[in-house]
Amino acid sequence: MTSIFRKFYFFLIALFLALPLIVVAGVSVNQKQTLAFPPQGFSTSWYGEIFLNPEWRNALFASLTLAVLSAALAVAIALPLAWFLWRRVAPWATIFQLLGVAPFTLPPVITALGLLTFWATAGFYGQPWTAVVSHAIFFVTLPLVTLSLGFTSIDRSLVEAAATMGADDRTIFRTIVLPLILPYIVSGYAFAFVLSLNEYIVAYMTVGFTMETLPIKIFNALRYGYTPTMASVTVLFISTAAVIFGLVARFGDLPKLLGAMASDQK
Amino acid sequence: MRREPPQTFGDYSPLLFPAAMLTIFFVVPFGTMIAVSFFQRQQGGFYTPAFVFDNYARFLSAFFGGVLGFSLMMAIAVAICCVVLALPFTYLLTRMARRVQIVWLVALLSILSLSEVIIGFAWSTLFSRTAGITNILVALGLMGEAKALTPSFAAVLTGMVYQAFPYTVLVLFPALVRLDPTLTEAARTLGASPLRAFFTVVVPALRNTIVATLIMVFIFALGSYLLPQLLGRPQHWTLSVLITDQAIYQSNMPFAAAMAVFLVLVTLGLVALTVIAGRKGEAA
Repeated sequence: MTSIFRKFYFFLIALFLALPLIVVAGVSVNQKQTLAFPPQGFSTSWYGEIFLNPEWRNALFASLTLAVLSAALAVAIALPLAWFLWRRVAPWATIFQLLGVAPFTLPPVITALGLLTFWATAGFYGQPWTAVVSHAIFFVTLPLVTLSLGFTSIDRSLVEAAATMGADDRTIFRTIVLPLILPYIVSGYAFAFVLSLNEYIVAYMTVGFTMETLPIKIFNALRYGYTPTMASVTVLFISTAAVIFGLVARFGDLPKLLGAMASDQK
Repeated sequence: MRREPPQTFGDYSPLLFPAAMLTIFFVVPFGTMIAVSFFQRQQGGFYTPAFVFDNYARFLSAFFGGVLGFSLMMAIAVAICCVVLALPFTYLLTRMARRVQIVWLVALLSILSLSEVIIGFAWSTLFSRTAGITNILVALGLMGEAKALTPSFAAVLTGMVYQAFPYTVLVLFPALVRLDPTLTEAARTLGASPLRAFFTVVVPALRNTIVATLIMVFIFALGSYLLPQLLGRPQHWTLSVLITDQAIYQSNMPFAAAMAVFLVLVTLGLVALTVIAGRKGEAA
């Protein structure tokens, strides 16, 4: 393929991917409450609105809390599991790895509906903490995959050396394993965090009627009255994701992480 | 330290928390959903335990058949569009400088992580009369006056391809990175044009990968639950949208659960196919 053709092809793909975001960014700086493009006037007040309007601020706060906690819980579930699978020979235990990957492989509406019937039956339907647990289960795949990859990259002779010198499992984990897999913990957390921030259907089915996360708030705004704040939140989200994934790429091996993720999904 | 089988009960202790969490909050909810799919629906959105096949019997209606057919057709169309667009793109991307690759990967990941709500909102804005792409065409003098392009089938298809494209690239990426570059070099040395080398060497060498990717993107597209609703008309609704609608707005949990169970079966069947395609790929 000639160079000019290739550049044109890449330009078209980039345009396709960027066009909706450019329009949304344009809409977000409208002066008045209208979704016009090209924008009429210029104002950054719709960005301020996210933090100043109590409804949007509450939604932002709810989303951030949910993402921080559920990503932490997802890592807390994935870390011991990945460690166990790496440390022990227990073929039947891989069933839990399969269970960890399943929620992410199935269409999301299935996990959402399963959790909805579960919380309704258990009598906890609508409680905010159920969303944290639901998201942690839904996104446990991401830290599980990055951590499994992290463990396979550990040189076992390091661990053996420590064991020969009398270190027990706990000491080895703290002094050797943990520092080596820390980057994988961070990237697993980052993936789960960003996806939880953006997740709609599971949050909607579990706590949709009692709590508004940002995606739920945007959806409600889509039905009951458009405002440029929706556009400014979108810009905020895509920038947050780009910064976080940029940091993961800066401090980790992104192509390697992605290579492993896709091959694991197969 | 070698890997060794667990000897004492204490050796199993790290497994306790993950196993309990996954069992209680994934296996049990899954079972609950299957149970509810056999329950009897009562007036007013409630349901009572029973063992009836009514919810599954509704599948036999022409309406459900239409939705199922449309969902499958839609997902196939999305999968084909995505793979056709993404395969040459990913191939060329893997041959670029590492720095360029990383910039693209970060951008693709960011778009992939976007909520369907946001993608739907962005495209409905782009296709709207007031802020849409038609305004640009009018400004360029290519069109008489601005008009709305949504709701329409093309809008749904575009939105879903947009959503699935980054996923397709990320699925293809590892396979294409591992592709032996000497294959195309040999073809080039023997006088094939780059385009010819791509179609006669790269595509056949990746046949199994392409099949597996098509199936994975198909499953991904089946899961799209909002875009058909936001960008299309009710006749463009897919099974996922219908499940959400029945569960939330029609309060018919047993029917929603029955459809979800059906969707799981379809998905699992396809995952099995992907695994088989993957096995063949390894053997070849």
